[in-house]
Amino acid sequence: MSPLDLSAVKPGFADPVHQSQAVFRQVMQAMSRPGTRARLDLDVKPPEGLDAAAAAFALTFLDIDTPVWLSPALAGGETETFVRFHCGCPVTQSPASAAFAFAGRDTASAPLSAFNPGSEKYPDQSTTLVLACSAFDGGPQLVLEGPGIKLVAVISPVGLPATFIEDWRQNQARFQCGVDLVLTCGSEAICLPRSIRIELKGA
Amino acid sequence: MAYVAVKGGEQAITNAHALLAEDRRGSRDVPEVGVDQIRAQLSLAVDRVMGEGSCYDRDLAALAIKQSRGDLPEAIFLLRAYRTTLPRFGFSDPIATEQMAVRRRVSAAFKDIPGGQVLGPTFDYTHRLLDFALAAEGGHLPDPAAMADAPLADDLPTIASVFLHEDLLEHETPALDAAEPYDLTREPMQFPATRDQRLQALARGDEGFLLSLAYSSQRGWGSTHPLCGEIRLGDVSVEFTPPELGFPIELADLTVTECTMLSEFEGSMEHPPQYARGYGLTFGHCERKAMSMAIVDRALKAAENAVDQVHPVQDEEFVLYHSDNVEASGFVQHLKLPHYVDFQASLQFVRKLRREWAEARSAKEAAE
Amino acid sequence: MSVQPTAQAELTAPLYNFAYLDEQTKRMIRRTILKAIAIPGYQVPFGSREMPVPYGWGTGGIQVTASIIGRSDVFKCIDQGADDTTNAVSIRRFFAKIAEVAVTESTAEATIIQTRHRIPEKDLQEGQVMVFQVPQPEPLRGLEPRETETRAMHAYEEYGLQYVSLYESVSAYRRIAATASYPVIVDERYLMSPSPIPKFDNPKLHMSPALMLFGAGREKRIYAVPPYTRVRSLDFEDYPFETQRWDDVCALCGAEESYLDEVVLDDQGNRMFVCSDSNHCGERRAEGHVGPMADHALAGATS
Repeated sequence: MSPLDLSAVKPGFADPVHQSQAVFRQVMQAMSRPGTRARLDLDVKPPEGLDAAAAAFALTFLDIDTPVWLSPALAGGETETFVRFHCGCPVTQSPASAAFAFAGRDTASAPLSAFNPGSEKYPDQSTTLVLACSAFDGGPQLVLEGPGIKLVAVISPVGLPATFIEDWRQNQARFQCGVDLVLTCGSEAICLPRSIRIELKGA
Repeated sequence: MAYVAVKGGEQAITNAHALLAEDRRGSRDVPEVGVDQIRAQLSLAVDRVMGEGSCYDRDLAALAIKQSRGDLPEAIFLLRAYRTTLPRFGFSDPIATEQMAVRRRVSAAFKDIPGGQVLGPTFDYTHRLLDFALAAEGGHLPDPAAMADAPLADDLPTIASVFLHEDLLEHETPALDAAEPYDLTREPMQFPATRDQRLQALARGDEGFLLSLAYSSQRGWGSTHPLCGEIRLGDVSVEFTPPELGFPIELADLTVTECTMLSEFEGSMEHPPQYARGYGLTFGHCERKAMSMAIVDRALKAAENAVDQVHPVQDEEFVLYHSDNVEASGFVQHLKLPHYVDFQASLQFVRKLRREWAEARSAKEAAE
Repeated sequence: MSVQPTAQAELTAPLYNFAYLDEQTKRMIRRTILKAIAIPGYQVPFGSREMPVPYGWGTGGIQVTASIIGRSDVFKCIDQGADDTTNAVSIRRFFAKIAEVAVTESTAEATIIQTRHRIPEKDLQEGQVMVFQVPQPEPLRGLEPRETETRAMHAYEEYGLQYVSLYESVSAYRRIAATASYPVIVDERYLMSPSPIPKFDNPKLHMSPALMLFGAGREKRIYAVPPYTRVRSLDFEDYPFETQRWDDVCALCGAEESYLDEVVLDDQGNRMFVCSDSNHCGERRAEGHVGPMADHALAGATS
């Protein structure tokens, strides 16, 4: 592993104990209510390529026990320095061995099928993927159904890969295995656990 | 409804703690026992607490024994609960027991082995007669033990190294690139268990439980016909290699008890007949535990050796899930907590069944 | 050598972390909780820590609460439905001290409710979190003692053993005999133990607006039921699931629909029934509801 260039590393949480708790509660809420937006707005100055929400997520969940995969747009840059310095997590080149994976705007470089879906007996040993969206409004309308959703939820993020609906269908079809998804945009996040079904509106 | 300690709950707990502290102190006419006295004079209790508490600290173990009024599983629990708040820096290099500064070492396998049989401080061959001199007022200072003419050799060969040139004993040296050892204090049990996971669980396991399992095995419930290859007691140094340094630094000296049990292994297509070993290692001087651990470790090789696991001692889920006395004691004693909500549910059901039973019986009697 | 004075001072006045657990442990448990929510009803193994209370006394629930709680939370803790049972008092006191959070007995005011053996009578709300203390997370354990076997049954959704057991109980008793820890299926996939709540409380799990987290410390498992998730109590078409009912009402508040505890008054068979949910009963009495023994000494004690 190359030595860290600390001259430009963005600061982490000013108050790690309480800020990571606050971010966790927002993410827990968002994961249990798929489609709802969580504000992970804690004045984090994110590294280049990462949304503030993704940076806050990284500071909250990553550590020495979580190998991380970074998309080509993020690998080797400020984001890698940021997660290695603040979280001490190992950075892996292999998406299938990552506990967490982060993609910048190059979301197509991180297809769901590339990551670890866990095994039938240990479906929890899977990758959680954090994808950067360019907007949470204005994209194709996605209808969500499943645990955590009272009737249906609708989201319309911009910037997901063109094959997303089909990729998700395959991801969902292998439940209990599968990849859980966190979409970020600025300081907001939407969680899409593997348990939910997603269809294009009107499809 | 006194049991529920309605409203008085908070006050009742505080009062109970005060009463406990009073009972712990006992009669104020008797001088208070010092932690240093426990450490020095109840050293085998301290050793057991350190071992099953997974924390090598004589002072803390002695304090835990004092605080628990001599209830050793309670002391073990106290030490564990303290240990879990400590940061973990990494894992040490394997200790080199062949370089142990030996205080006691016996082998039942040979009349003599290189370096000799060294009895050391042992209850063996004492006649178990109460020594009323110890009860005498003013204490009792023993005569100093006689010193040998020459010191023991450094690096007494272990039973394993004695066998090495003949390849008579199975090799169990971990590969240099072996993965980080399993740590049960950070990861839950997984099955099939790896050897490191098993040995850690046994090292933390309850002495009484392992003793009974080992005994059951000896009596025929999964016997491995063990022979005590060697027991040694002494001091070893612990070394740690920080990744940023790349070379080992010495952290501490530990007293440990090590036991190797031998048992015949008839061989297989891949392996010639040889002796399999069971391994036991404890902090401090805990021979009963180290020997029991070695016997149970050997018996648990049943799965690896494709032996049917029909006896309790051979069943790793049974042994490893039930050996921890902090878990076992907590769960058995949790039955003291109120269960009246589920009992009410059950009571309702049993009363209904009894009503139906009585009705059916009287209907039957009427018909007869 | 005796214990050094500095060490002794540290031992008597330790500087524990906020909510007791160190940050690395909290992160590990938080990651576990996210997985539990994403796979409803699946028991996620986690590196359960040794806590300063014994296993079996709420270590799983305490670790879950400690990992989620923040300074703005309002914490309620019940055991057998009551806020004033000794272990509930002890756990509530632990969090009041170690996380400096506000505590309450009011179900409506609480943001986090840790419980042993009950779900409150009052409807839960969105945003509330229930934390269950779980002694045995594996619903199949009583039928199959081996973890290796039960793990495979969950992996391949082979729950025949469970149905056979229920069917045997129907043959023996002409009804399903389970009265507490009554097994459920979560989102039509995982068989789950609801913890030893009476089956009376099972319907409250179905499509609840609140998040349900289950912590088993000794068995080192965490599982979850997200809000608005289907939870079905196992039954047969001709032996449908039923909850408990009482011929009596609460002696203090007159409630007809709440779970009742039996209080033995003497050894001659005299008894009274009172709400197990002490907060519910107190609120009803404050609203003016009166039961047949409203003047009993217990009324003063549990309000």
